[in-house]
Amino acid sequence: MALTIDQPIEHKQQSLPARLFASQTFWVVIAVILACLFLSFATDAFATSKNLYNITRNITFVAIIALGMTFVIITGGIDLSVGSVLCLSSMVLAVTMHAGYSIEVGIIASIATALAIGAFNGILIAYLGFPPFVVTLGMLSIARSLAMVASNNTVVFQFGPDHAKLLALGGGAWVFGIANPVLYMILLALITGFILRWTKFGRHIFAIGGNEHAATLTGVPVRQIKVTVYMISALSAGIAGVIETGWLGAVTTNIGTGMELQVIAATVIGGANLAGGVGTAFGAIVGAALIEVIRNSLGLLGINAFWQGVFIGGAILLAVLFDRIRNFRRSD
Amino acid sequence: MAVLELTNISKHFGAIQAVNDVSLSIEPGQVVGLMGDNGAGKSTLVKMIAGNFRPSHGSMQMDGKDLVLHKPVEARQHGIEIVHQDLALCNNLTAAANVYLGRELRRGVGPFRILDYASMYKRAGQIFAELKSETRPRDLVKQMSGGQRQAVAIARTMLSQAKIVLMDEPTAAISVRQVAEVLNLIRHLRDQGIAVVLISHRMPDVFTVADRVIVMRRGRKVADKTIASSSPEEVTGLITGAIEQV
Repeated sequence: MALTIDQPIEHKQQSLPARLFASQTFWVVIAVILACLFLSFATDAFATSKNLYNITRNITFVAIIALGMTFVIITGGIDLSVGSVLCLSSMVLAVTMHAGYSIEVGIIASIATALAIGAFNGILIAYLGFPPFVVTLGMLSIARSLAMVASNNTVVFQFGPDHAKLLALGGGAWVFGIANPVLYMILLALITGFILRWTKFGRHIFAIGGNEHAATLTGVPVRQIKVTVYMISALSAGIAGVIETGWLGAVTTNIGTGMELQVIAATVIGGANLAGGVGTAFGAIVGAALIEVIRNSLGLLGINAFWQGVFIGGAILLAVLFDRIRNFRRSD
Repeated sequence: MAVLELTNISKHFGAIQAVNDVSLSIEPGQVVGLMGDNGAGKSTLVKMIAGNFRPSHGSMQMDGKDLVLHKPVEARQHGIEIVHQDLALCNNLTAAANVYLGRELRRGVGPFRILDYASMYKRAGQIFAELKSETRPRDLVKQMSGGQRQAVAIARTMLSQAKIVLMDEPTAAISVRQVAEVLNLIRHLRDQGIAVVLISHRMPDVFTVADRVIVMRRGRKVADKTIASSSPEEVTGLITGAIEQV
């Protein structure tokens, strides 16, 4: 008996390769690498520095919001309002700066707007018991409408005295020629990964997704945490909005339309489970990468762009199918 | 001295008298079986001890001092731990994470504090060893048997210096072999001087492990005697009302 008591404590649950093969994120990484290799040989345009620069930068906007969405999805919730929140924060930034305020004021106003919307969503969901789907669907409509009100549905492309600073923030490449948005994405991914793995808050998010009732009984502040995750999700949309504004150099009221679906797709493809309790920062990035590589390759291979939705939708279904197959095996 | 003493406790919800003038005392290191039919007032009584409800009348004392609980967290601070019927476990987390849920250990300075995985694995492993359970701290709860899951839920109660552990139907939904495991876990708690209140429908469990049995019927305590001086037949009679009171 003495042996069996100490031994298990040292014993790791699964060996490293076994864990890798069981992880959806790993297979998506393989898929991305294979797709990239294939495209490098099949087309001349893929492995050029300009195309890679474009791809990495295009990944970022979906990826940054997918990081925020990961928090929400781990708790078992969903946030459909992120595309509209991105639009509203872009518009608040644009209108504020257009009115002659500095970039700092613009960013503070824009981020504060995003956080306020996240708090509103979170309070309705956590304290009043509204279903997340309904609350954020409502907000999807409200936020975009507010963006139209704020700009009178015009295109804003002049950002006042700090115009150049804003364009540099989003469109520049300050380190080693890597597009700035990519740097922000990497930084935010590291922060997200750290929070999920190493903080009490991160642990509680997983607990809520695993068994909300148990979390409540064991004294986890479930309601506060739920409000916080919706604020994080909205914050990520706000940050993406600020960066995208700087990159595009102009804001219209249809920026971010339909983006919530790409974001949720990226999160799910990366291995997060919509039922809650599972998800990683790396998965969100990898999921976003796969979607972008699919989009990019269709263009390069000369396939009609109308097919995009079929391939991305197919990737989502395939990802969930793998998850189902693993679960079948486990239950056998 | 009694670790927990209830004096003339009553609880009513509107016109419904759920618990009616119940007094009892529980000694350290004693296993008390709390039995009764559905609606007899067991759960209400336990929820008052656990801090979920406040008694309408009567008083509770712990170690001779008055005990007033406003919420479950306060009960825990006083050394009252509860093992819930559904165990309140998160399947997606490891055994150690579940044991420490809501009171995670952290290390670091000031606001920069991170989860202390090493200490949590180590301490959880020690507790499982104390419980003579084969549960491993790093295993996910979803991969565990019913008995191992019980061990995780019971390990929680051993993190702090619990004085009394309330267990709500711990053997209701598990196999015969696992029932034996759980009864062993209860004995280990008792051996450490912890009082255990075992709420159960299963006569054999109570008669195997308990020192005393308390029977409730329609909100009243109808029996409170040692196991040695009672019998399953008598307790069945008390539960159903065939025997009025002893």
